[in-house]
Amino acid sequence: MTDSIRIVGVEKVFTAPDGSSVAAVKNVNLEIAAGKLVTLLGPSGCGKTTLLRMIAGFEEPTAGDIFFGEKRINDEPPNKRDTAMVFQSYAVFPHLDVFENVAFGLRLRKLPKAEIGERVGRVLDQTGLGPYARRSPNQLSGGQQQRVALARCLVMEPRVLLFDEPLSNLDAKLREQMRVEIRELQQRFGITSIYVTHDQVEAMSISDEIVVMNAGAVEQAGTPRTICARPATRCVADFVGKANFVEATVSAGGAVEIAGRELKLPATAGRQAGAKVTLVVRPEAVRIDAKDGLLSGTVKRAMFLGSVVEYLVAVDGAGDWLVDHPNPAETGLLKVGDTVRLTPSPASVHALP
Amino acid sequence: MARNARTELRLLARDPVLLVLLVLIAASVAIFVVYPLVRVLLASVQVDGSWTLEGYGELAGRRLYRNALVNSLGVGAVVGVVSVAVGYVCAFVLTRLDVPGKTLLHYITMLPIVSPPFVSAVSILFLFGFNGLVTRQILGLSDFSIYGFHGVVLSQVFTFAPIAYLSLRGVLASLSPTLEDAALNIGASRWQTFWKVSFPLSLPGIASAFLVVFIESMADFGNPLVLAGAAFPMLAPQAYLEITGSFNLSRGATLAIVLLIPSMTAFAIQRYYLAKRQYITVTGKPTASTSKIVSDPVKWLLYGLVLFFALLVAAFYAVILVGAFTKVWGFNYAPTLAHFIYVFQVGLNSVVDTLIVALVSTPVSGLLGMLVAFLVVRRVFPGRTALEFGSILSFAVPGTVVGIGYILAFNTPPFLLTGTLAILVLCFVFRYMPVGIQSGIAVLRQIDPSIEEAAQNLGASSLTTFRKVTLPLIAPAFFSGLVYAFVRAMTAISAAIFLVSANWNLMTVQILNQVGSGRLGVAAAFSIVVIVIVLIAIGIISLLVGRWSRHTSMVRFQ
Repeated sequence: MTDSIRIVGVEKVFTAPDGSSVAAVKNVNLEIAAGKLVTLLGPSGCGKTTLLRMIAGFEEPTAGDIFFGEKRINDEPPNKRDTAMVFQSYAVFPHLDVFENVAFGLRLRKLPKAEIGERVGRVLDQTGLGPYARRSPNQLSGGQQQRVALARCLVMEPRVLLFDEPLSNLDAKLREQMRVEIRELQQRFGITSIYVTHDQVEAMSISDEIVVMNAGAVEQAGTPRTICARPATRCVADFVGKANFVEATVSAGGAVEIAGRELKLPATAGRQAGAKVTLVVRPEAVRIDAKDGLLSGTVKRAMFLGSVVEYLVAVDGAGDWLVDHPNPAETGLLKVGDTVRLTPSPASVHALP
Repeated sequence: MARNARTELRLLARDPVLLVLLVLIAASVAIFVVYPLVRVLLASVQVDGSWTLEGYGELAGRRLYRNALVNSLGVGAVVGVVSVAVGYVCAFVLTRLDVPGKTLLHYITMLPIVSPPFVSAVSILFLFGFNGLVTRQILGLSDFSIYGFHGVVLSQVFTFAPIAYLSLRGVLASLSPTLEDAALNIGASRWQTFWKVSFPLSLPGIASAFLVVFIESMADFGNPLVLAGAAFPMLAPQAYLEITGSFNLSRGATLAIVLLIPSMTAFAIQRYYLAKRQYITVTGKPTASTSKIVSDPVKWLLYGLVLFFALLVAAFYAVILVGAFTKVWGFNYAPTLAHFIYVFQVGLNSVVDTLIVALVSTPVSGLLGMLVAFLVVRRVFPGRTALEFGSILSFAVPGTVVGIGYILAFNTPPFLLTGTLAILVLCFVFRYMPVGIQSGIAVLRQIDPSIEEAAQNLGASSLTTFRKVTLPLIAPAFFSGLVYAFVRAMTAISAAIFLVSANWNLMTVQILNQVGSGRLGVAAAFSIVVIVIVLIAIGIISLLVGRWSRHTSMVRFQ
């Protein structure tokens, strides 16, 4: 049975022995619908792991309440909360083999032997660990150990699954593969999940909803598309991907003026003419061309990244912009010092509120 | 702060079993470690119920006691310096040089650690006593006396140099040899490299080893009692004689306090000052490089010194072994089994008693030590530092002080324990727990706490987590805690001698009695029995712990 999670006014203040204190989590309110996967995204030290550990019961909130379904679980010890957590360091029991690691929680529940064997066997097959059942963890690769940690959680059929940066110790390729697997397993089991990460691509690819945190507080919560296309704050825009922040002036009739040139931007139609506005212009949302375009500028730096070339362009009257130019093999490279023309794509430019 | 403490207690109360255990442990440490010390302190400043500092005045005034203090401090310092020198050379040669037979030499050098404290004293009497093999038979001396300063120093160096060796071995093994390579690489000579790099880096370790040996020497009871002689009083035996000889408890207590002060000072320096200054240069890269800072002649010279010490150790044990099968040493060297027959007929009770005490106290001490380590490292509760300090305090308290404290504290209701098995077991449990605690804490701090959190997350209570996850993970520390507890229970004398009775007697006390009445052969036979039992026990413990935690070696290297 999976549950919705409700977090009401939760705070955590750490007090050092010398009396000084740090507020790690500040007045967080969240609602997570049953069966959804929600990501807590933010830079290190933003309080996301502390929030997760409070949900698991390893930390005590200084204020506020946490509900699983209708039940307030603040006073439940971690071993009674029926959550299952995948740790950053895997935390696989090194003295037990794969089978016993996965069976650990079921044995504590004193289930019949046959049922344990059946459930563990099933989960091992689902996670591709079947052939390794009797291996000791130190004979497994990092990815396999991560699967053991995941299988150990899934077999419990918990009310809530918790992930604490589970993929950060894996190499890039394995990380991509594992996040697809985690998402598939989570959807198949339909367990409410909270996933902590500082990797925005990871967050985008697996979440139903993303909660961006900064300095202990929630900056914005929403679907990956909303977070990316309509960031509520400069901080969110900056964190979820590369962005150029361009100062512009609203002109009449749903347009803005950048460095004296007018760009049609229907989203600003409701704003007062003459008001200052900060635009979020993603590098991939700007067309770069040697001759035609809205704005003019000079190439300051060119970096070849394989599938794209990333240019740093000094735009006349509008500061430095990062601009991505896809498929360079076909279009050829620009050199430092070349003059270029830039055109932002209006549909992809977002004006910060 | 008070609010913090309340929150901490509330969190603990979620796990009632753990809370009860914690309270029990704290109460036992208070009763069996702290309370006896308080009683000793009180006894030293109270005569017939009134407060007085007379005892201390008398101590300062009478030459016998002044000498005892000066002698004990002097012996401690000399033994400390010599033991550290011997230990450093052994540790350097056996960890850093490429020489043959390192493993064998390592075990021979460690042998004195697992044997009763008088083995060396008895060997010395066999070799250098009035009828000694060397002094009387070979050199023909008739007026040579081994008793006094030189006898005690010789015997204690032999007993405690292995302790210095073990601790310095750890220090030298953790220094990265690449530092020496770097010094040589930028043009330092070997001599400069040693004095400017290797030696300063190991200096905190050297000071720490010195203080540990100093503490052991101050607390040593057996060697001085056998070898000091009447003309060379020392604190620990003097305190014992005041109590058993002249039934002067207050005087004994006063001497015990005087004995306690230097030990506690050394302990405080070692633990709170030096421990933070150890240079550990673990890089995660293999550091098993042999040292290049000694030339070949120096290398073989140092190796010769180590061989000499190992041969000396071997000779001492050979003498004991031969002595145990010899009719009357010095007069009649005919082989005999009489001494062993005596041990297993007249002395059988003490053999059985010693085994019972050791078998009961070892598992209790080992488990309790691991539990305290777990609580101290992994749980937050008010008074955590106090508990850690209290439970390792007894490491620094000389056994004589503990023994006097126990007879003062547990001679009257509500704790009427004198003459029982319980008093011996309790004394050993709380005296020999600290080594287990210390190694448990060290191992636990290297283990990722999320492994235990994972167990809790999957539904395990604190105690289940401890039993199913923590204990198997810290198996190496558990093993060393068990071995230490057993070895010490088999070989302890200084506290135990106050606590034995007609019902419960120990082999070590028997050895002392036999030495006292001149029956060195029987003493040697008892010693052999103790050593054999200890070696068998270490084998069994390692088998049990190994079987129960199959992946011990892997855990250790994680």
